[in-house]
Amino acid sequence: MDWRWDFTFETVLPRILPGLWVTVEVTFLSFALSLVLGLFLMIARRSTIRPLSVAAGEFIEFMRGMPLVVVIFFLFFLLPEIGIFLAPFWTGVLAMGIYNAAPVAEILRGGLQAVPKGQWEAAHVLNYSTYRTWRQVILPQAVKPVVPGLGNLLILAFKETPLLSFVAVPEMLDAARRIASETYRFTEPLTVVGILFLILSLFSAVLIRLVERHLLTETRHGK
Amino acid sequence: MANEKIRFEGVTKRFGALTVLDKLDLSINDGEVVTIIGPSGSGKTTVLRCLMTLESIEDGLIRIDGEPLNKMESEGRLVPASNAHLRRMRLKLGMVFQSFNLFPHLTVLQNCVEPPIFALGVTRDEARSRAQELLDMVGMGDKQAHYPAQLSGGQQQRVAIARTLAMQPEILVFDEPTSALDPETIEEVTSVIRSLAVKHSYTMLMVTHQIAFAHDISDRICFFDKGRIVEQGPPAAVIDAPTEARTQQFLRKVAQAR
Ligand SMILES: Nc1ncnc2c1ncn2[C@@H]1O[C@H](COP(=O)(O)OP(=O)(O)OP(=O)(O)O)[C@@H](O)[C@H]1O
Ligand SMILES: [Mg+2]
Repeated sequence: MDWRWDFTFETVLPRILPGLWVTVEVTFLSFALSLVLGLFLMIARRSTIRPLSVAAGEFIEFMRGMPLVVVIFFLFFLLPEIGIFLAPFWTGVLAMGIYNAAPVAEILRGGLQAVPKGQWEAAHVLNYSTYRTWRQVILPQAVKPVVPGLGNLLILAFKETPLLSFVAVPEMLDAARRIASETYRFTEPLTVVGILFLILSLFSAVLIRLVERHLLTETRHGK
Repeated sequence: MANEKIRFEGVTKRFGALTVLDKLDLSINDGEVVTIIGPSGSGKTTVLRCLMTLESIEDGLIRIDGEPLNKMESEGRLVPASNAHLRRMRLKLGMVFQSFNLFPHLTVLQNCVEPPIFALGVTRDEARSRAQELLDMVGMGDKQAHYPAQLSGGQQQRVAIARTLAMQPEILVFDEPTSALDPETIEEVTSVIRSLAVKHSYTMLMVTHQIAFAHDISDRICFFDKGRIVEQGPPAAVIDAPTEARTQQFLRKVAQAR
């Protein structure tokens, strides 16, 4: 096989590394958005206001059956139609943020169901407001069981970012394809992208492990 | 007549087709200790839950210090209570659960410090010194830094009592406070409740299957069956010399079970 180290280090890496940074940024920003949207979605779904809970449920179902790339194209072409002009980067953050809000909502719902009914009742008789009940009693207990699920989702989000190359977000795959089309060399750029993704996955797995361990020592409860 | 603290007027509670409380009338005086006994499923817990506004009621009125709880007065008429009204009325009420329901992610001290801060708005220093006093009182002063999972059932229940008292309620409600405990730890909890009943002026409404304990601390016993009070009066009457056949039968069964 014809592998050129000088090409790899002098051309490929310098051009792909900025893409690595874009990948990391898109992933974490969109994931943060997913967490916020997912939390609201889950609260809406559990709401006693029927239309709200139905709408949230339908949205989750809808997103579950939708390929991410469709959502990306949809926003990319639709937002300008309604007068919203965003850089491809932010369209990507928005698309992935909305897309992953649905699974986040489902994971959070699972975490909530792990909190016993007695905890709600204790908060009620101790006169906690709705906000305080969530903030002080329910969410702290719902967090621990959802960390592994959210961690998985974060790794999946990393792996979804190459789809954004379709709308010219300058992430790693986009950079690799540009190099390839200019130089007609595919092996080095694609291999480097693969290796960097591998490193990212390993890195985020370690990160998730650390968060889990931190939560475990922070609250030594649970039997 | 002494001051009336709690009053149930024709309170009816249904779960679907099942009528659990059937036009219940019950009046409890200030400082009085009232214990409800009765067979499983007779609606004892439901009485307490309605008082704590954990359940809504279909019909009737509950009053605390003469003021409607589940309703409120608006332009001379009674309308369903707002959340603000319920929160204000609940300030007088404190409840201890069968299953303790301590916050597992908080230490013993935090369990007693946080509620007054977040629900009463007292300062952290004030809440802390009061919590420490109360934990000392229930004999848990040396376990402040422990988490609930590290404690025995009896210890957890004593912390739960301290947490309830930290909210400075006037009325204490206990739902089978010793039913989830190992026999050896029951005494440490009943002795705390006994001291609350004897030394302090709390109005108390309790459900228990511990007849001797109920006899010991109660001013009045209510025997409950099928959502109604079948017989009530001082322990010396209801427990020692019940007149109703159903009360006699229940007490015989309880005595056999021990
Ligand atoms: N949330 C609910 N939904 C439907 N039925 C209920 C509900 N809560 C209680 N019930 C029913 O109401 C009746 C009274 O229940 P309650 O818990 O008040 O009984 P109890 O006297 O406390 O019994 P126990 O001694 O077993 O605790 C029972 O038949 C019970 O099945
Ligand atoms: Mg009960």
